[in-house]
Amino acid sequence: MSWAFLRDLLSGVNKYSTGIGRIWVAVVFIFHLLVYVAAAENIWKHEHDEFECNIKQPGCENVCFDHFFPVSHIRLWALQLIVVSTPSLLVVFHVAYRENREKHHNQKLYKNPGMIDGGLLCTYLISLILKTGLEIVFLVMFYKLYNGFKIPRLVKCDIKPCPNTVDCFISKPTEKMIFLCFLVATSCLCIVLNLGELSYLVFKYSIKYYLKRHVKKQQ
Amino acid sequence: MDWGALHTILGGVNKHSTSIGKIWLTVLFIFRIMILVVAAEKVWGDEQDDFVCNTLQPGCKNVCYDHFFPISHIRLWALQLIFVSTPALLVAMHVAYRRHEKKRQFRKGDQKCDFKDIEEIRKQRFRIEGSLWWTYTSSIFFRLIFEAVFMYAFYFMYDGFRMPRLMKCNAWPCPNTVDCFVSRPTEKTVFTIFMIAVSSICILLNVAELCYLLTKFFLRRSKKAGNLKQQPNHENKEETKQNEMNELISDSCQNTVIGFSS
Repeated sequence: MSWAFLRDLLSGVNKYSTGIGRIWVAVVFIFHLLVYVAAAENIWKHEHDEFECNIKQPGCENVCFDHFFPVSHIRLWALQLIVVSTPSLLVVFHVAYRENREKHHNQKLYKNPGMIDGGLLCTYLISLILKTGLEIVFLVMFYKLYNGFKIPRLVKCDIKPCPNTVDCFISKPTEKMIFLCFLVATSCLCIVLNLGELSYLVFKYSIKYYLKRHVKKQQ
Repeated sequence: MDWGALHTILGGVNKHSTSIGKIWLTVLFIFRIMILVVAAEKVWGDEQDDFVCNTLQPGCKNVCYDHFFPISHIRLWALQLIFVSTPALLVAMHVAYRRHEKKRQFRKGDQKCDFKDIEEIRKQRFRIEGSLWWTYTSSIFFRLIFEAVFMYAFYFMYDGFRMPRLMKCNAWPCPNTVDCFVSRPTEKTVFTIFMIAVSSICILLNVAELCYLLTKFFLRRSKKAGNLKQQPNHENKEETKQNEMNELISDSCQNTVIGFSS
């Protein structure tokens, strides 16, 4: 079980997406997932070993690290990737349900089970709203947990068993901040793409609906 | 998910590239991505652990390392490779869009579409002309810009392409100016120069491809203009022939009508 599973999942989603949806999948693959695996993971690899406090008191470093990093950036990043990709599964399940129904009744119930219309349109719109909401939730979480998107070089810690206020130094703060900013920028781009796709679909299907009504009235 | 997935994505683009584009892709995968994964990552693997400063002051090493390496060489290369590969996706998306349109035509039973089945559409290789030419040329242009930007960023951040053995650091909390020693400086310099050299080769290949595409474009335009100039005389000859035929037909019709009426 590895990231290849998520990759295969997203490739499956790609089949039933609009054009903007496919751009979203490409952005998530390349700027989120590939950057995570190829670069970001290694920066945070030894973060605990390289976290150094100006004290010899046993346990002080552990306690300070735990206080300042309740959940590591890299773990939040991985969680965000998984959680944000999951709503797309709703669409895949709905299409599978449609195909199952057709098999069960042994007749063609839908012109094309993968086409976005009717119930599938609702599912698709819900998945878009969920994706956007979850991205925003994670961005807010990052901001609140770490007091902004800056990573300081030095943090002052005075939790027991540290005897007094102790200077603790974080490793590679600049590099971590650069990649954090990269992550925030990619998340914002994903939010914009999702909102764009949502507006496009709502606009397209409203026009379709009003045209149908207009034609019916004329008849 | 790793560089292999990128290879799968870009491999699809390879079919629709020019020969120079195929060479560029090969150079990218063999001399850059493979070298990065197989060799360079191991050279930079222990960079902070083996970065040693001549002081016992806790925190001094961390701060000095962060000061001299705001972003590690290896991460910068990984980002460069990702950004440089991305424009090829524009071409992949355009080709996928064209295929989608052809499939739609085929399904509607359009007579213009001369494919026997969907498999043929999937395997078809599109020529680089029309709107695909513009997409392809823009992707090469963006590639060039990204390569140049990253090479400049490298040069600017590390004051050249050499990795020094010794760095003098006096950032707080280091008490005075402290000597810090980088691990494997010569090996890192060798790999840095290698990666820069391959980047330069990639830039040259991109420039060559751009020139090739522009030359093809202008040649095609001048051919079309030449054809258009010849055609008017040809059309006039055909028109006069048709006019003669029409006159003959109308004359014979008139004769028959007159014949009937009389």
